[in-house]
Amino acid sequence: MNWIPNIFRRSKIYDDLSEEMRLHIEERAEQLMGEGMSPAEAKQEARKAFGNRTVLEERSREVWQWPTLESMWGDVRFALRQLRRSPGFAIAAVLTLSLAIGANAVVFGVMDGLILRPLNLPQAESLYGTQYGSNPGWQSYPNYVDLRDRNRSFEDLAAFNFAFVGLDTGNDPSLATGYAATGNYFDVLRVEPYLGRFFHSSDERGPNSAPYIVLTWAYWHSRFHDDRGVVGRVVQLNKHPFTVIGVAPNGFLGTILFVSPDFIMPIVNEGQMTGGNPLSERGNSHALFETIGHLKPGVSQAQALADLNSVGAYLQKSYPKEFDNRSSSLARQNGFTSFGAAVRGFVAGLTLLAGLILLAACANLGGLFAARAADRSREIALRLALGSSRKRIVRQLLIEAVLVSLAGGAVGLAGSVALLRKLSTWQPIGGAPVHVPVSPDAKLYLVALVLALVSALLFGIVPVRQVLRANPYEVVKAGSSARLGHWLTVRDVLLVAQIAICAVLVTASMVALRGLARSLHSSFGFEPRNTILIGTNLGIAGYSGDEVLPMQKRFIEAMKTIPGVEKVGLVNNYPPLVYASASRQIVFTDETRDLSQSNVAVMPYSYQVSPDYFEAAGTSLLAGRSFRWRDDKGSASVAVVNMEFARRMFGSVSGAVGRFVRMQDGTRVEVVGVVEDGKYLSLNEDPQPALFLSSLQSPFGSAYVVVRSHRDPQELAAALRGKVRELDAGLPVTTDPWNDLLAVALFPSRMATVSLGVLGVMGAMLSITGIFGMAAYSVSKRLRELGIRVALGAKRKEVLQAALGRPLRLLAIGSVAGLVLGVLASRVLAYIVYQATPRDPLVLAGVVLAMLVLGLVATWIPAQRALAVEPMILLREE
Amino acid sequence: MPVWKRPMRETTPRDLFPGALEMMILESLRRQPAHGYALVQHIQQRSNNLLQVEEGSLYPALQRLLRAKLVKAEWGVSATNRKVRTYQITASGLRHLEQQISSFEQMFEGIALVLNPKKATAN
Repeated sequence: MNWIPNIFRRSKIYDDLSEEMRLHIEERAEQLMGEGMSPAEAKQEARKAFGNRTVLEERSREVWQWPTLESMWGDVRFALRQLRRSPGFAIAAVLTLSLAIGANAVVFGVMDGLILRPLNLPQAESLYGTQYGSNPGWQSYPNYVDLRDRNRSFEDLAAFNFAFVGLDTGNDPSLATGYAATGNYFDVLRVEPYLGRFFHSSDERGPNSAPYIVLTWAYWHSRFHDDRGVVGRVVQLNKHPFTVIGVAPNGFLGTILFVSPDFIMPIVNEGQMTGGNPLSERGNSHALFETIGHLKPGVSQAQALADLNSVGAYLQKSYPKEFDNRSSSLARQNGFTSFGAAVRGFVAGLTLLAGLILLAACANLGGLFAARAADRSREIALRLALGSSRKRIVRQLLIEAVLVSLAGGAVGLAGSVALLRKLSTWQPIGGAPVHVPVSPDAKLYLVALVLALVSALLFGIVPVRQVLRANPYEVVKAGSSARLGHWLTVRDVLLVAQIAICAVLVTASMVALRGLARSLHSSFGFEPRNTILIGTNLGIAGYSGDEVLPMQKRFIEAMKTIPGVEKVGLVNNYPPLVYASASRQIVFTDETRDLSQSNVAVMPYSYQVSPDYFEAAGTSLLAGRSFRWRDDKGSASVAVVNMEFARRMFGSVSGAVGRFVRMQDGTRVEVVGVVEDGKYLSLNEDPQPALFLSSLQSPFGSAYVVVRSHRDPQELAAALRGKVRELDAGLPVTTDPWNDLLAVALFPSRMATVSLGVLGVMGAMLSITGIFGMAAYSVSKRLRELGIRVALGAKRKEVLQAALGRPLRLLAIGSVAGLVLGVLASRVLAYIVYQATPRDPLVLAGVVLAMLVLGLVATWIPAQRALAVEPMILLREE
Repeated sequence: MPVWKRPMRETTPRDLFPGALEMMILESLRRQPAHGYALVQHIQQRSNNLLQVEEGSLYPALQRLLRAKLVKAEWGVSATNRKVRTYQITASGLRHLEQQISSFEQMFEGIALVLNPKKATAN
């Protein structure tokens, strides 16, 4: 280990060496003088005889070093010094790169949290969900039982549904969201309880036989305050007693990625919550939201799918009334169900755009570095002449690039981690336990590091070619003003690339904005402004069966008495576009006798509404009448349909009134009115048929009361709540303006617009800096030439043309290229924004305008500088 | 690689093989400790000026020998009252030198045999 003391003695060694060499040369010189040379000649001859002292000294020193590591460390220190000398450049470069890397890191974090990372469950890779037909999820309980018992591919199948209940721990009822799951749910998922125990299939002994609930960790923490004695406590769910039997472990978030349940109860007791027995009907396809299970080892996805389809075929043969042989599909259970494809498409599109931003930033920095290298060409030439190898210089330039990109990467990473943390606590839809489960982890840091290094290579390479080709003698003689001779230099190409990318991003933002505007202004079929929705659940308050209707009538009458209220109506379950929960009905033509699935005429979205609902919701009546209080259980069944239904079923609006249709259970229903079309499930759907039944003929405890009024919403909400308390103090209600509850439906478009908008702004900022950099550089290099032009009598316009002509021309080329690319990429954009068509003339005009403005802004300062040129001052300087 | 200055001869000069310079330095120091300048003079004289070594190229070799502890160096004053750093061969340096010389002579004999069998030196 003889190198350890050497390190400490090294500086002494170097000093000794220098001294020795100096003395050697002196001695030689003395000898030559003794032979008769003049002192000056002798010194020169001695030095020549010695050889290249610098190189020799360096090689002697190298004996004591780890050469590569040490010289690299020297390069690092040199690079740091260089960067410190031009702080503006360094800061601009680091900021640009941090923006780009930060954006990519955020997008990767989102992708990792939503798509790459499987559910937080053991062996999640073999966990699959089944989907029957085109209605995502949603199966009936008897179907599930048959599927579970008859399949040969799954180890076991579990299923669950959502349960929205009022949970009362003692004397504070509040709304809670949970799952109602089959007995084998926890066993299928292979989860162990944290406290107490879970329920199992053995606990299921018929309807309402298992009044147990399991709390999730977060709910146990927030509502029960980590009370370890919670096991065995009895709580009230919708006024029915349930025993808490256990707490799920921390990190168990259920099987849907966006929604985390508060509790899990056995599905056999769901009947107590909703009234009736939803599990018994084979045709009730809303009994179960999802079925999941682990595939047996060795069973492939294709085999399982074939198996499922054969079970489906069996079911269709045995129960033709309730079944249509729509094929099953199998999807890896990663928490997404139906909107998985849309989310994946969106994230993929975002990743692409973020990658483009990084490329633009690299192009930007490449141009900056190339400019810097050109400025330092004299220094490089001198170094080459003094004996440095080109490899060494290239290495030093690359190290400089790596330092900048590591700094930029670190800053970008810090920003992205902060942003991702904030994102994971964000509840986009207040009230619903929806969140975006992203959490920064080691993969994120690794990705940021890789991106930083790759970018460093990309933009560090740019000046290298220049350096390798430089001929030191010419550069030293002529100075760095030697032109490179090409019409189009590398930096020009980079700038064009940057502008093109920016134009693509700006196009994407414009497209997103147009798409959003269009979807917002399309008709909803109701007027969400000036309405408040009162959410009620009479089941929670203990009303059942026959008590529901009279209470609802009293409720509506009471609300009407509040001053300022114009119209009041009621709709069962959820109104259109709220919480994406629309459900469909099966409708046959009047003449159909064989009510089997193959004869279905239309499958409209169906709602049960009270009289005055359409007036309260602002849905216009096109023909016939709406419901009256006389349309109750004793009278004939009536319905109101929308225009699309009328068109599909009867061919026209006028032809619909007075006609009959047949429901799934055979009842004949008369169409008494036609209303306008609207949106029911999502903003992006094509026109859908809708059927409205009278809520008086099918009462339901959970309903929304629609109150239309121009009064101030806060006051109105307070008045409404006061009135409700007068009616029944134990009835919990929610009051929200309809616009607020549309948040779920609007959420995807809003997200898309925000993301694209942000990316577009970043692209614009990058291009501004790029054009500004090139314009400023070109002006500053040509100040002398401009001064001469001015002195020779050039006018302002000509000066500007000379100074800025090139950057602006490049801007134009880049914009056109980007616009064309953006139009071609409309398919990619369509993933992100529904109905995105860049061929919209408004969009094209917008992009052109935006690029023009960008160009003006970016070249403003250099233009001023060019115009302010004072020939006399310039010509005096060098 | 120590660089040859081109002497006024027709024969093309050749680079010294690696280790040759170190070997010659060690041999010179074996005879007598010396400082850098004196070493250069010594080598040039003893080779009948057949070897023209660039003076400075000695120093990397000296540093290598120093690091390998085959020589040791000391500051002192020369006979002509100059400040000089004198090098001295160490015991391990002597051993190393003997090894190098014998393997060099082997190589030399092998080459000579190949080039001209009759002129092989008797051993």
